Amino acid sequence: MNPQFLGRNVFDLDDYSREEILYILEAAKGMKEINLREYKKIPTLRGKTVCTLFVENSTRTRMSFELAANRLSADVVSFQASVSALQKGESLQDTVYTLNAMGIDLYCIRHSSPGSPQMVNKYSGKPVINGGDGRHAHPTQALLDIFSIWEKLGSLKGLKVTIVGDILNSRVVRSNLIGMQKLGAKVTVCGPKTLMPGNMESVYGCKVEYDLARALSGADVVMGLRMQLERMSEGLFPSLEEYSKHYVLSAETLKYAKKNALIMHPGPMNRGVEILPEIADSSQSVIVEQVANGVAIRMALMFLILGGKA
Amino acid sequence: MKIIIKNAEVYIAGKLVKKDLLIDRKRIAKIENRIDEKADKMIDARGCCVFPGFIDLHAHLRDPGQTYKEDIVSGTKSAAKGGFTAVCAMPNTEPVTDNIASVEYIQLRAKEHGSARVYVVGALTKQSKGEEISEMATMKSGGIVAVSDDGKCVQNARLMLSCLRYASNFDIPVIVHPEDYALAGKGQIHGGKVATQTGLSGISGLAEEVIIARDIMLAESAGARLHIAHISTAKSLELVRAAKAKGLPVTCEVTPHHLVLTEEACLTFDTNTKMKPPLRSEKDRQACVEALKEGLIDCIATDHAPHADFEKEREFDHAPFGIIGFETAFAVLYQELVLKGIISLETLVDSLTSRPAQTLRLPGGEIKPGGMADITIINLKEKTLFSKENIASKSKNSPWLERELASRVLYTIVGGNISYQDQ
Repeated sequence: MNPQFLGRNVFDLDDYSREEILYILEAAKGMKEINLREYKKIPTLRGKTVCTLFVENSTRTRMSFELAANRLSADVVSFQASVSALQKGESLQDTVYTLNAMGIDLYCIRHSSPGSPQMVNKYSGKPVINGGDGRHAHPTQALLDIFSIWEKLGSLKGLKVTIVGDILNSRVVRSNLIGMQKLGAKVTVCGPKTLMPGNMESVYGCKVEYDLARALSGADVVMGLRMQLERMSEGLFPSLEEYSKHYVLSAETLKYAKKNALIMHPGPMNRGVEILPEIADSSQSVIVEQVANGVAIRMALMFLILGGKA
Repeated sequence: MKIIIKNAEVYIAGKLVKKDLLIDRKRIAKIENRIDEKADKMIDARGCCVFPGFIDLHAHLRDPGQTYKEDIVSGTKSAAKGGFTAVCAMPNTEPVTDNIASVEYIQLRAKEHGSARVYVVGALTKQSKGEEISEMATMKSGGIVAVSDDGKCVQNARLMLSCLRYASNFDIPVIVHPEDYALAGKGQIHGGKVATQTGLSGISGLAEEVIIARDIMLAESAGARLHIAHISTAKSLELVRAAKAKGLPVTCEVTPHHLVLTEEACLTFDTNTKMKPPLRSEKDRQACVEALKEGLIDCIATDHAPHADFEKEREFDHAPFGIIGFETAFAVLYQELVLKGIISLETLVDSLTSRPAQTLRLPGGEIKPGGMADITIINLKEKTLFSKENIASKSKNSPWLERELASRVLYTIVGGNISYQDQ
């Protein structure tokens, strides 16, 4: 048990130091080993109750959190609602009061509104892991991304990481910028100007490129992001075809990156839009492994926050 | 009733002078070095300042229709507690104050039960829908001081031109809430650094500036008086500067929060930092302060916008825009701007008194023999704990909750009646 992590919230990675992030990675390494066993369960969180509170749909992330809790022997309850249901009926505040009365020890929340994890913590007084809040943050995704690089390449120090796609709407990018740069990586973000938030350089100290070849030049790690069709109706880009012509990760465009550069994607992928299958399924790709690492990272966080016994 | 205020520092023509003051019924009867008459009440104001009652050109009293947030009684109590003796009630009530009967309802309630004067702002368009011109001439004969669709903004430039021409016909000032809906989009906070950081949707300064540019041009063509509500960006101020340089009858106001807070406040996701226009960048804030100092901004207005706790205790995206303002306006600005030597006490007081009065041609705003007995007595050396328990407004939505603020309002006198007295 490390008292440093006990009862902490994971709203985003800015609350965690470089050393703490490295500690979490080490813990996750141990958890990953458990996931490879035939009997994938340890009794460390017996008697604790974890609630997954998902106000925005995400089957994959919810499963990952629930699996993580299950493998640590915590009891898991799941609350799912749509934003519209919460709008019409019980407020988030009342929902949390209700859940809390049932004795929840840790909340894992996904919500379309930035800042909602902070609200859940305020109303419950219990630690909260942010499973994605709007465009704001997705710290567990960033940690599993970082873990995937760290595991393969040993360290992030001095690595050039290029993230390509809809930067404007990506919480994954925001958390990764904070986390990866804390560990010494140099991050370049790339996408069309209409999908790039303002002030990226001054807020995050990252590099911004609008041209894919320049962005990929010399990259050690390349991450694609999901391009969503609805951005078209918002007047932000004209067509998936045109987007793909300029920003797809293909064998051709990846020639600019370092040979054997690590290929990542937080999923779900639009094959043929932001990434070609030849790349997604290549030996350089860690996309499937990212998913496995997600369970390990979430186990590590729950273990540390709830003070599991090693 | 006769009230004598003794030993006060009285704010007369921009200066504090040690005087005694006699109030006889609704008027200030005498201002002399020493007054020793018999009176119904004697207030020893040693160590305190007597200012003209503050005048707020921009407030939401929520009455009729949303009286769980505020009503005319609680709203004017809150105003008086903050030193305000007159407030302008915006017409976004339910139903919208777009007709003479609604205007008279507010006036009557305020007259019978109010703790401050209430001037009514009528709607610019019917139901503030931005479709047809309201019966503003009739409302003017009923006493409205301006027209506005505040909270909303007429998007159709042709209709706006027509509204301005019609208003100028009857010499009614038009107050515009400058917001281009398409540019503002689903924005929650300023479209700047903090929006990038938090992922909250941004409202670019352009959403405000585009409409200000448009309405200045339209008002010039119409020959109308245009007052710009809650100005908030450096570029907006440049547009106003150009209009004023041309001699156009364009005025503007700024809120206390845009003078002291920036987008950084939104990093906490406290929904009491969510308002329209949003808290802007530090550069914009500084531009507002400078413009206030130089007189480019005509006055300070609170945009007092009460919302119930259950409405504000929502996800940031779903919480309503706005904060209450009466009870913190003077104290916050005195503490953050005057005490820190950024603006003078004179600028602050004038921006809350004579200047708003001039802007909409309202009575009051100064202390003079024979003048209206609308005053507030404030101790600048004391402090006030601004806590939920002692807020007079029905709503508690303020970014300054539980903060100790410099200065304390001891009395507010409206038309010779004590409408607020510190306990």
